[in-house]
Amino acid sequence: MFYREAGQFKASYQNDQQIFPIRQDQIGFIALMGFLFLVVPFIANQYWLQAVLIPVLIFGLAALGLNILTGYAGQLSLGSAAFMAVGAFGTYNFMLRIDGIPFLVALLLGGLCAAAIGILFGLPSLRIKGFYLAVATLAAQFFIVWVLVKFGWFSNYSSSGVITAQHVNILGVDFRSPEMKYLLTLTVVVVMALLAKNMVRSSTGRKWMAVRDMDVAAEVIGIRLMRTKLQAFAISSFYCGVAGALYAYMYLGTVEPEGFNLDMSFRILFMIIIGGVGSIMGSFIGAAFIVLLPVFLNVAFHSTIGAYVPADLASNLELIIFGALIIFFLIVEPHGLARLWQLTKEKLRLWPFPH
Amino acid sequence: MAREFGDVIIDLQNISLRFGGVKALTDISFNVREHEIRAIIGPNGAGKSSMLNVINGVYHPQEGKIIFHGQERQKMEPYEAASQGIARTFQNIALFKGMTVLDNIMTGRNLMMKTNFLHHALFWGKAQREEIEHRKKVEEVIEFLEIQSIRKTPVGRLPYGLQKRVELARALAAEPNLLLLDEPMAGMNVEEKQDMCRFILDVNDQFGTTIVLIEHDMGVVMDISDRVVVLDYGKKIGDGPPDEVKNDPKVIDAYLGTSH
Amino acid sequence: MTFFLEVLIGGLLSGVLYALVALGFVLIFKASGVFNFAQGAMVFFAALTFVGFTEVLPGWTGLAPGSGAVFWLAFILALSSMIVLGIATERVVLRPLVNQAPITLFMVTIGLTFFIEGVAQGIWGSHVRRLDLGIEDVPVMFLLDNFDMMISQFDVIAAVLALVMFVALAVMFQYTKVGRALRAVADDHQAALSVGIPLKHIWAIVWSVAGFVALIAGLIWGARNGVQFALTFTALKALPVLILGGFTSVPGAIIGGLIIGASEKVAEVYLGPYVGGGIEGWFPYILAMLFLLVRPEGLFGEKHIDRV
Ligand SMILES: Nc1ncnc2c1ncn2[C@@H]1O[C@H](COP(=O)(O)OP(=O)(O)O)[C@@H](O)[C@H]1O
Ligand SMILES: [Mg+2]
Repeated sequence: MFYREAGQFKASYQNDQQIFPIRQDQIGFIALMGFLFLVVPFIANQYWLQAVLIPVLIFGLAALGLNILTGYAGQLSLGSAAFMAVGAFGTYNFMLRIDGIPFLVALLLGGLCAAAIGILFGLPSLRIKGFYLAVATLAAQFFIVWVLVKFGWFSNYSSSGVITAQHVNILGVDFRSPEMKYLLTLTVVVVMALLAKNMVRSSTGRKWMAVRDMDVAAEVIGIRLMRTKLQAFAISSFYCGVAGALYAYMYLGTVEPEGFNLDMSFRILFMIIIGGVGSIMGSFIGAAFIVLLPVFLNVAFHSTIGAYVPADLASNLELIIFGALIIFFLIVEPHGLARLWQLTKEKLRLWPFPH
Repeated sequence: MAREFGDVIIDLQNISLRFGGVKALTDISFNVREHEIRAIIGPNGAGKSSMLNVINGVYHPQEGKIIFHGQERQKMEPYEAASQGIARTFQNIALFKGMTVLDNIMTGRNLMMKTNFLHHALFWGKAQREEIEHRKKVEEVIEFLEIQSIRKTPVGRLPYGLQKRVELARALAAEPNLLLLDEPMAGMNVEEKQDMCRFILDVNDQFGTTIVLIEHDMGVVMDISDRVVVLDYGKKIGDGPPDEVKNDPKVIDAYLGTSH
Repeated sequence: MTFFLEVLIGGLLSGVLYALVALGFVLIFKASGVFNFAQGAMVFFAALTFVGFTEVLPGWTGLAPGSGAVFWLAFILALSSMIVLGIATERVVLRPLVNQAPITLFMVTIGLTFFIEGVAQGIWGSHVRRLDLGIEDVPVMFLLDNFDMMISQFDVIAAVLALVMFVALAVMFQYTKVGRALRAVADDHQAALSVGIPLKHIWAIVWSVAGFVALIAGLIWGARNGVQFALTFTALKALPVLILGGFTSVPGAIIGGLIIGASEKVAEVYLGPYVGGGIEGWFPYILAMLFLLVRPEGLFGEKHIDRV
C-alpha cells in the first residue's frame, strides 16, 4: 500500500477536519501509541526510561507550552523554566498542605498557578510585541526563582529551597518504579498534546496565529488582542507548569528553584526552533534532539577517540553546536525538523511516481 | 444609472487627524448612504487610507464626530467596529501569512463563533458542530469568489491578485453591512480588475452591502461608484456623483490634471 | 545622607557600564534593525580574548608579562578579533536573513550568543581570570578626606573612560560621513544609499564599532569583577536599559543605564534587607516591565502607530 490519500475522499467537512486526514497517518499514530504504551515499558531498561524517555516527554511538553505562546501566538518568552518552577512548587504545596489531595488534582492546580502567574507577566504584551517582550519574560525568570529561594514557605522551609516530591499514588496504584512513572508521564503528555492539537486547529488556534501574523488585521476582523494574547500566555504557562511538576515528581524527585534557570529556558526555546516553531510534533522532536545531543556527543567521542569528553569541553562543545544549529535552522529551515519530516512525507506521497 | 439609496449609515463630521506634525486629515466631512458604493480618490498621501482607518477605529482622530447608525460613537477600537458590522481590506495585503486560504477566511467568522478554548480543546459536540456550520458559510464565500481550487494553499504562496481576492473573502465571511476596500485593484492586470469589479458589484447587489472604496483607476471609479469624495493633502476638495466630480475644475487641477 | 550619596554614585558608575553595553545594541539596531542579543556575549568574548592574549603573548614573543607592549599588542589582537567576529556575523548570519521578521532575527542572535560563548571558552578555557588594567580599586582620597565618602577610584576612571567613548561616538555620528550615513540608514535605507555609502559597508563599520565598544566594556568589567561567564548575565541588564532609553537613542542608552544602575543599587541597599537581599538580580527587569506597561515607547521614543 502506498502512502497517499488516493481513493480516500472526504465526504464531509467533519472528515476534512480530522487530525490525521490520511488513513496511513491514523494507522501510524495508533501504532506509535500502541508501541509507546504497550511495548516500551517492557523492553526499555531503567536508563532509557529515566534518562531519556521521561525527560524527552517532559521537555516536549514544556516546549509545546512555549510553542503555543511563541510558535502559534507569536510572543517570545525567555522565561519558560520559571513557569515550570511555579508548576512544580505549586503542585508540591498542594500535595503538602491539603491532606489526601489526589495527585492529578494537585497537578492541575499547580498548572493553574503557573497560568495565573503567566497572565501577570504577559500583561506588557498588550502594549508591546515580539522581542520587547523578552524583557518582561526575563523579569519572570529572575523574579520567580528569587521568590522561591527567598521565601521559605514555598519549600516548606528547607535549605535553599530544595523540595522533595511526595510519592504519587493514584487510586491505590503506586507510581514509584520507572515503568509506572513513564506510563503516567506518557498519559498526561499524550492527553495534553491532543488537547493542544485540537485548540490549534480550531478557532482558538486561528486567533493566535492571526495575532502572530498580522495583529492589526486580526483586530480589524474582531479579534481582541488583549484577550487572545493573555489566553495564549495562560495556556502556555499552564503547559509549562504541568511539565515542571512532572519534572519534579516523575523525573528528578528532588528539585531546587535554581534548577529552573535561564539556561533551561533557553534550552526549551532551542527545542522549538530546532524541532519546529508552530508545530506540536516538532516540540517533541526538538526535545528529543536536545536531550539526546549530549548522549550522542559522548558516544561519538567514545567511538572515535576512545575516551569520554572532558566535562568542560563537552559543555563548550554543546554551546557551540546548539548555537550553530539555531543559526543553521533559522537560516535554512525556519520550520525545523518537523518541516523536514513533513517534506519527506510529501515526497513519499508522490513516490514512486513523482509526477 | 439612477439608483435609490437608503438612509445615511455613517456620517463623518469635521474629522481631523494628525501624526505628530503631519496633518493627515483636516476638517473632513462626508457621509455614506445605505447600499451605495462610495469611492474615495486622491493622490498618494492624500489621506485616503487614514480615512478608512478612522472609520473602523484603527486611527483615532483628534477632532470630529462620527455618527454610525444614528449614534454618535465614542472612541472606538477596531474590534468594536468589527462587531458592529464593519469589515475591510488593506492597501498592503494583510493576510495571515502562515495560514491556509481556508483558515484565513475562517478567521473572518470569529465574532460569530460562540465556543471557547475549552470546547475547542475537546473538539467534540458543540465545538465541532459550530466549526462545520461556519465552514459551510465559508465555502459559500469561497464559491462566490471562485477560489475553490486554492482553499488548502498557504496564502504566502499565492500570486498577488489571488491574495487580494482571499482578503476580500475574509472580509465577506464576516457578513458585513459596511465594507471598506483600500485599493482592491492596485497592481492587478486588466482581467483581474474586471473580475474584482464584478465581485464588488455582486456583493453590493446580492447582499446589499454598503461599500466604501479607494481606487486610483478613474475608469473603474466612474464605472462602479455612486458618489465620489476627492481628497488632496488631507482636505476634501470634491464630493458628488462621478460625472460631476470629473468635471469639477478644482478636482481636475489637483488630481486629474496631474499625473500621479 | 553621605551613605545615600555613596550608594547612588556607586550605582550611577556601574550604570555607565550598562550604558556602554546598551550602546552596542543601539548602534546595531539603528543600522540594521537587528536586536543583537549577542552583544553581551561579545563583551565576554572580547574580555576573554584580551586576557587570553596577555597570557600567551609573553611565551610567544618573549615580551615581559604585564608590560605595556603586551597590553597593547593584546589590545590590538583582541580588537582585530572583534572586528573579524562582527563582520563574519554580519555576513554569515544576518545577511541571509535580511527582511525576516524581527523575532527571527532576535532568535538567531540568541543562537549566536551560545556559539560565541562556546567558542570563547573553547579557545581560552572556562576558568575565572583576573584582568589587571593597572588602575587600583581604592577610594578616591580627595572625596574620602573632604566629604567622608567612599567612591572607588577605579569606578571613576572607568566612568570617565566610558564618557570619553560616548563623546567620541557622538562626534563621529555628527560630523563624519559614516556617521551621517548611519543616521540616514536609521531613518530610511534608500536615503542612506543616496549619501553614497553602500549599506554593506555601513553594516561592516557598525559591527566593528560595536565590537570596539564591547571590548572597552569587557576590559572595564573584567578588571572589576574578573573575566568569567557571569559577565554575560550582567550584560543582559542592558536590555532593561534599552526599554527605558529606547532602542534607537544613544543619549537614551546613557540615561537608561544611569537610571538602572542607580535604582538597582539604591533598591538593594534600602529595600534588600527587608526581603532577604539579592534583588539586584531582578530589579532592573521588573522596573523595565512596569515601565513597559506605562510607557512602551521608552523615555525618549515617540509614540508609534502602525501604518496600515
Ligand atoms: N501610522 C502613521 N504614522 C504616521 N504617519 C502616518 C501614519 N499613517 C499615515 N500617515 C501619514 O498620513 C498621510 C496620509 O497617508 P495615507 O492616509 O496613507 O494616504 P493615502 O492612502 O491617500 O495614500 C501621509 O502623510 C502619511 O505619511
Ligand atoms: Mg493609501
